[in-house]
Amino acid sequence: MSMKTSNERFHHRVAKELENTFMRGAVSSAQERLQTRRLEQADELGHWEEWRSHGEEIRKHVLANLDYYLYQLSENVSKRGGHVYFAQTAKEATDYIQSIAKNKNATKIVKSKSMVTEEIDLNAALEKLGCQVIETDLGEYILQVDDHEPPSHIVAPALHKNKEQIRDIFKEKQGYEKSEEPEELALYVRQKLRNEYLTADIGITGCNFAIAESGSITLVTNEGNADLVTALPKTQITVMGMERIVPTFEEMEVLVSLLTRSAVGQKLTSYITTLTGIKDEGDTDGPEDFHLVIVDNGRSAILGSEFQPILQCIRCAACVNACPVYRHVGGHSYGSIYSGPVGVVLSPLLGGYEDFKELPYASTLCGACTDACPVKIPLHQLIHRHRQVIVENEGKAPVSEKLLMKAFGLGASSPTLYKMATKVASPAMAPFTKDQKISNGPGPLKAWTEARDFPAPNKNHFRDWFKHRQQGGDE
Amino acid sequence: MKVTLFATCLVDMFQGDVGKAVVEVLERLGCDLDFPEHQICCGQPAYNSGYVKESQNAMKKMITAFEHAEYVVSPSGSCAYMFKEYPEVFRGDPVWEPKAQALADKTYEFTEFIVDVLKVEDVGAHLEGKATYHTSCHMTRLLGVTEAPLKLLNQVKGLQYVELPGKDRCCGFGGTFSVKMGNISGEMVNEKVQNVEETRADILIGADAGCLMNIGGRITRQGKPIKVMHIAEVLNS
Repeated sequence: MSMKTSNERFHHRVAKELENTFMRGAVSSAQERLQTRRLEQADELGHWEEWRSHGEEIRKHVLANLDYYLYQLSENVSKRGGHVYFAQTAKEATDYIQSIAKNKNATKIVKSKSMVTEEIDLNAALEKLGCQVIETDLGEYILQVDDHEPPSHIVAPALHKNKEQIRDIFKEKQGYEKSEEPEELALYVRQKLRNEYLTADIGITGCNFAIAESGSITLVTNEGNADLVTALPKTQITVMGMERIVPTFEEMEVLVSLLTRSAVGQKLTSYITTLTGIKDEGDTDGPEDFHLVIVDNGRSAILGSEFQPILQCIRCAACVNACPVYRHVGGHSYGSIYSGPVGVVLSPLLGGYEDFKELPYASTLCGACTDACPVKIPLHQLIHRHRQVIVENEGKAPVSEKLLMKAFGLGASSPTLYKMATKVASPAMAPFTKDQKISNGPGPLKAWTEARDFPAPNKNHFRDWFKHRQQGGDE
Repeated sequence: MKVTLFATCLVDMFQGDVGKAVVEVLERLGCDLDFPEHQICCGQPAYNSGYVKESQNAMKKMITAFEHAEYVVSPSGSCAYMFKEYPEVFRGDPVWEPKAQALADKTYEFTEFIVDVLKVEDVGAHLEGKATYHTSCHMTRLLGVTEAPLKLLNQVKGLQYVELPGKDRCCGFGGTFSVKMGNISGEMVNEKVQNVEETRADILIGADAGCLMNIGGRITRQGKPIKVMHIAEVLNS
């Protein structure tokens, strides 16, 4: 899967997803559950705003000194016997990882959850070599079995499915015979995966945080799958976005505290694992060969731009869980592996405006995302900024809208014109008006009146009333 | 106290009764009101759609129209917040940035003005009924006005207040979003009206003309027996 997940047009995707009542039920209940738990955990920790500011400070500091920390990280990984590869593009990253797989004559690869590997379309590249690639995160595994369906959420990739649908997928694809009880489903997958870990040649992971001072990789999971992916196969490959660094363990602890609370409303997840380099002499497990692939793929172009704050992101999805638009359209409407507010900001930057030009308009600019972000990314402002870029630099705004806005600029430049334009509103709308409301409006009003009435413009404006009253007239 | 009214185009064109209520409440509280004839739209529809340059004309007209004012008061949190954004829009402009800052500094949302400036919580209103209140996103998250409307409503005699489930969730208005993404917006406002119904309130109160036009439009479309009122109308009862 590359970043783009659909060739269908945005409005078609949305219309289809809005019809998907299973998805909408699953998403809205998950949003409420995750949001409630997040707020409870923030409350329990106390001084949440100070924690957020601290998290923001750490992320900003790292981005401001990214070259320094990348150098320090790579030096320390090398010192501990690992290999570091900087990939400027997705292709460079997949080529490098393919070359390792070839060298190792790998036939089976197990993976823990990683959005950046989705972004670079790693699974397809490895499958092309004839490797069997097995996702071990439960959500990712479900999607993989379901004919490689794209993730709909960056933390909970199968959030759009309910347990009955999951049961049916396993039944149809693998002959699963038990119930839809989560315990039974989990046990089934656990048994299936256990053997895969033991027989895999390579383990591939993402990276929640890389610690520059020690060259360590921190992985946060609730399933423990990342531990098996890193402990059992002889070769470990970790793929990370180039910005996912913290200076020391101290900052890692702050960001993990923010991450687990914001992502799943937990003080800590069940497993938080920090791995440093290859297996030492005397160690019972761990990889004999370790490769850290640091992926740029458009990130360095964001660095130093007005969109730099999006690189502060720690992929917790609190913004996704707070978004009232995501709530109704679900992740697949976005057409990108990155959905919700973070996806709206990130997708056009990494994947280009051509494919993602509608996304910045899929927001009411309500600010719920900005409020939820644990590292204070001004998400709604960045979404607004995208709109400005689309209008001014990209020339991708519709012509009718441009004309309308030109008219707005003109009308708004002159109070006389404004008054004239608003005066004609009432007679112009008269043919569409019944009982002081418009139920089937013309032009852009049509989209409004599909779901609701529009008020008929007043014959006399408030300003006329006020003026009349000031002059001593009747009210 | 001299107060200059920033009525907003929605109130001017569609919701004259809200404007009248604002005038009557503020006058009762001893304010001397004026309405600059040259006020137009704050520019938000164009600004939020990404047409920043096009919106700057409107903004300059508004800055000039309100230059004389001591206090600027608006019955819409979102439009009041737009004034607060002006300094950011003109950042670095030696002429307009300071003027924009001066306007932002003296602008208040209607309930905020009554509670924080006039220091009044009981305006002597009386309205019988069970009511719920929609907290508009721009007013609460961006402008930061959260307590004032509830303090005022709390003092209205006869009014029983029930909290709206999912009160922090956007109603789906979002300015041009409501027509650009009409189907998503429609689903959002549908859920909002369901939430209002769950409270069994017979009055829905809000402090932002845009949100009320949206939620009210859905309520009348569905023929629900719920009265939609701007908080100024409640306080004028």
